[in-house]
Amino acid sequence: MAAKAIGPVRRTFAPWDDPAAPPFIEFRNVTKRFGDFVAVDNLSLTIYEREFFALLGPSGCGKTTLMRMVAGFEEPTEGEVLLDGQDLAGVPPYRRPTNMMFQSYALFPHMTIEANIAFGLKQDRMPKAEINARVEEMLTLVKLTPFAKRKPHQLSGGQKQRVALARSLARKPKVLLLDEPLGALDKKLREETQFELVDLQQELGLTFLIVTHDQEEAMTVADRVAIMDHGRIMQVATPAEVYEQPNSRYVADFIGDINLIEGRIVDRAGGRVWLDCGEAGGMIEVEQAMEAATGDDAWFAIRPEKISLSLEAPAAPSVNCITGEVWDIGYLGDVSIYHVRLPDGTTMKSTVTNRTRLVERQITWDDRVWLTWPRDAGVVLTR
Amino acid sequence: MNRRASWFNVTSIAFGLAFLYLPILLLIIYSFNESRLVTVWAGFSTKWYVSLFSNQGLLDAAWVTLRVALLSATAATILGTLAAIALVRFGRFYGRTLFSGMIYAPLVMPDVIIGLSLLLLFVAVDFGRGFWTIVLAHITFSLCFVAIVVQSRLSTFDRSLEEAALDLGCPPVRTFFQITLPLIAPAVIAGWMLAFTLSLDDLVIASFTTGPGATTLPMKIYSQVRLGVTPEINAVSTILIGIVSIGVIAASLVTKRREVARIRAERQAAAGIRNGI
Repeated sequence: MAAKAIGPVRRTFAPWDDPAAPPFIEFRNVTKRFGDFVAVDNLSLTIYEREFFALLGPSGCGKTTLMRMVAGFEEPTEGEVLLDGQDLAGVPPYRRPTNMMFQSYALFPHMTIEANIAFGLKQDRMPKAEINARVEEMLTLVKLTPFAKRKPHQLSGGQKQRVALARSLARKPKVLLLDEPLGALDKKLREETQFELVDLQQELGLTFLIVTHDQEEAMTVADRVAIMDHGRIMQVATPAEVYEQPNSRYVADFIGDINLIEGRIVDRAGGRVWLDCGEAGGMIEVEQAMEAATGDDAWFAIRPEKISLSLEAPAAPSVNCITGEVWDIGYLGDVSIYHVRLPDGTTMKSTVTNRTRLVERQITWDDRVWLTWPRDAGVVLTR
Repeated sequence: MNRRASWFNVTSIAFGLAFLYLPILLLIIYSFNESRLVTVWAGFSTKWYVSLFSNQGLLDAAWVTLRVALLSATAATILGTLAAIALVRFGRFYGRTLFSGMIYAPLVMPDVIIGLSLLLLFVAVDFGRGFWTIVLAHITFSLCFVAIVVQSRLSTFDRSLEEAALDLGCPPVRTFFQITLPLIAPAVIAGWMLAFTLSLDDLVIASFTTGPGATTLPMKIYSQVRLGVTPEINAVSTILIGIVSIGVIAASLVTKRREVARIRAERQAAAGIRNGI
């Protein structure tokens, strides 16, 4: 995993904004039913070449089924799945140019590491010398050359994970499918491996499709994230967009921590929206272009780290200021989370970075505090 | 929990073992008896083993038994493995409950009934009784034992291993022979050995389904015993016990040894990781 200047490449990579970009993996109105259960519900999605795409959602949301339809282990009940312009219907898994890294790794226990990696190449009837060269290359890539002759049960979890990765990459598939690839690793190793995966994907220039329920993992590795629920896609966007501009309460709540205040749209003008949040938040002013009509019910969503906390009322008349009492403080080391109780009984969370060693807290339990945030800190959601 | 052997435990185990193995032990001892009389000990001798190998009738019977056992065990293993795969893999197919129930039936069915019903069948379809009818009968009743052994292994088999093989470009049939079969092999071998031993010592079913010219060893022994027990019979029985014991022990060793090897390798791996290899 050589250190290349991949930053600029990643920054400019956005084929989804280019209407002329050809789709690479395409789901067209795909529905998958198992008996009465609808796993995937009339779903359409486009994934582009060289993209690192994450399917994110709680268990049972259909993300794994969607991936297994690309691999060929499931056929859609309705609709079609296309890869590089070719309809995949009826193409069995062993004839698809995709490879999958399984959650359980699924290493063949009766074969050595070498034989595991060579397995797919042998199926392709590659000449022996080429197979050996490719296996060697793969072992170097995942830094497991000294382990070539070992059996899978003689490796640690992290090593197994890398063998599984090497095996699924050996055939140079058009798409690499990763099914919760890091689920079995401990937290530290998982975080390291996430960055390794991104580097690897950039270096090989392949399309990666990852399924995960871990939002941090999806945000770290992916170019774009699709958040799924009940067989539907709730939002497809870059990690930053999903986090900063969620399109629904479901997405806002699923990704990270969020404060939601219920209100009613009272006015709209010049790219701003005014939301009456009653006793809880008063009048909230948000910089946001939106199409909702005046009088509609809406929710104001704001991340805890975007709210400033102070013991005194702001001197200058400020927009978006509410007051409450500190109800609880959660100390997490790097940050502290303040739970502030508003007059109507709801709680707002505000995160404060612990810049000093905090021997004496300035703000403590039962203090009256003022919460403020700028116009562009939160979003108004209508669903 | 008291793990020390109390005198009560020792006594009950001793009685239990004696009850099971004393008659067999006596038989083995008397097979080395010098005397012609079975109940009188007259010194050690192996002459009955020598005379056994000149007794053409017994040798013929032994040869028939061996061939029946090899053929029926092999056929039962193939069919039993297929049945196990069908039961574990194909979820709910039409008649699954009936099929799985029928697979288990020969386990609890008395041998006499299996033998009699097979005899009636062979007579009804006018199938010439003899060597092949015994083979067929033995396949029928040992198949279920194979199916049960293989089924228990398959139910813990990780399906994603097969999916991984398919995903890597291996067609289904090749996947079965390269991935599935090697991994369930211990169970299949154990099933074969079980079927082999069952066929070897069956008397009742063979008696019902045999015809002229096909006499198995247990049948031969039984018919000779009716004329009086000779030390020769003791000798042949001792050999039979030896073969059956080896078969059963080997079957359990095959499954046990792989387990031990796996645990040892895992320990080595753990040690290697600790030493930073």
